[in-house]
Amino acid sequence: MMERYEIRLSGSGGQGLILAGKILAEAAAIYEGRNAVQTQSYGPEARGGASKAEVVISDGEIDYPKALELDLLLSLTQESCRKYSGDLKKGGILIIDSGLVKDLPKGEFKVYSLPITEIATEKVGKAVVTNIVALGILTRIAGVISEESVKKAILARVPKGTEELNMKAFDEGFRAGNELLS
Amino acid sequence: MSNDHSGRIRMMQGNEACAEGALVAGCRFFAGYPITPSTEVAEHLSVKFPKIGGRFIQMEDEIAAMGAIIGASLTGMKSLTATSGPGFSLKQENIGYACMAEVPCVIINVMRGGPSTGMPTLPAQMDVQQARWGTHGDHGIIVLSASSAQESYEQTIRAFNLAEKYMTPVILLLDEIVGHTTEKVIIPDESKIEIVNRRKPAEKPKDYLPYRETEDCIPTLAPFGTGYRYNVTGLCHNETGFPTNDNKIIGKLVHRLVKKIVMHADDIIEVKKTMLDDAEIGIFAYGSVSRSARSAVLKCREMGIKAGLLEPKVLWPFPKKEVLAMARKVKAIIVPELNMGQMAREVELASRCAVPVHKLGRVDGNPIDPREIVDMIKGVV
Repeated sequence: MMERYEIRLSGSGGQGLILAGKILAEAAAIYEGRNAVQTQSYGPEARGGASKAEVVISDGEIDYPKALELDLLLSLTQESCRKYSGDLKKGGILIIDSGLVKDLPKGEFKVYSLPITEIATEKVGKAVVTNIVALGILTRIAGVISEESVKKAILARVPKGTEELNMKAFDEGFRAGNELLS
Repeated sequence: MSNDHSGRIRMMQGNEACAEGALVAGCRFFAGYPITPSTEVAEHLSVKFPKIGGRFIQMEDEIAAMGAIIGASLTGMKSLTATSGPGFSLKQENIGYACMAEVPCVIINVMRGGPSTGMPTLPAQMDVQQARWGTHGDHGIIVLSASSAQESYEQTIRAFNLAEKYMTPVILLLDEIVGHTTEKVIIPDESKIEIVNRRKPAEKPKDYLPYRETEDCIPTLAPFGTGYRYNVTGLCHNETGFPTNDNKIIGKLVHRLVKKIVMHADDIIEVKKTMLDDAEIGIFAYGSVSRSARSAVLKCREMGIKAGLLEPKVLWPFPKKEVLAMARKVKAIIVPELNMGQMAREVELASRCAVPVHKLGRVDGNPIDPREIVDMIKGVV
């Protein structure tokens, strides 16, 4: 039984991280029958600023819905990496966009650096699916939710007609994560 | 309802759960002006209502929105508006009108920090006294609280039931965390959900008095357009609804507006207790903070500290009896809340100095971390 697994997705407003958080929570809660809670925090502006979505997954009840000690942090911007990495726990996982995060925070955690935005623009062909590429990478590296569950949750959330694009984005991310691990 | 696990499971944020609860309660009219962090309530209903014959209106401002739901309710429709701090301030005059004219309606306020436009996207619980006393004049009012998406769903239904039963505006307070937390909601079979509908007049139109004196102090307002004619006003009025300056009648009316809620307090008030039976430290917490408090209670129990939690699901009328009972059993009470001690003051009053009441207030837009509560409990012990 898993007590509490805490994920924070961070970047700037408009990168789709809140949607990514919702997808992760739904993958765990609906398709794997566990408990999952997703919360968000963003500034008053519609785009830009540091934004974060958090997902807590547990096989038990989740009282406090926010992250306390992060198991995994995804950072898609330098600002969000600096602002939000302080809560990473010892031995936790930090996944960063290698094109956008240059200064790495110091701490006892594992860093996985991948060109996330570039994979979206170059390999998938659209920057708008950066969040889904990130989900693919995260799913592979974290290993707490199955690939199948996350895919189902993506399909249930994305607009009609974009299913193929999003599946491609997820697969490209998953593959990149796989290459990094092997 | 939360014990019924036979229902459908859906992932929803608190705001969406409010909208779903409103639909089940029979609400078919929403007027509002979008405002963070409550916007998703409006957004969701704007999609759902047109499909089922409901009416959604985005008004020019919050004042007009409050006026619109009062008007809609007078035609017999269950009506809702949703807002946040600054919008809640604007609605106050018309909330008073609904109190005076005894028009049932539901106002959801997803609290942000203030004063003024304050912190649009950050959590706070700074409107708990405004919900009670924001509008001028003596009056009773019902204010509910929710701490999860499940409770947002259930409390919205209850808000409509209480509004219709007691012919009063009912306010449901969420905070940004509850409104924006996506989590599981178990939707029970509709046949298992209790729905209260407005009382209809038993007499013929010619004998009808909308504000007739009754034992239960609750008026019977016939929906406009059903042949019953009466006047609705914000002025003090007699049994016909027309204004009066007769001191005797005015005194009776204002007394009744207050008594209507007080005499039914036992039916309205609801609290949830966690590990309070043998507790030495009692926590009083509501909304998202009660989740931090529950975590803290469990942590304390692991450390051998006997902590317990009293969660008011109804903030007003205030659960005086329940707080006094807790005060007589514990050695100290802690009130964590996202304001400078607005409900702690009520707890102090209700506990009649039986025990010390410690405030743990946060007003910087951060949630209260369970570890802060644990630290305070350790300090008190």
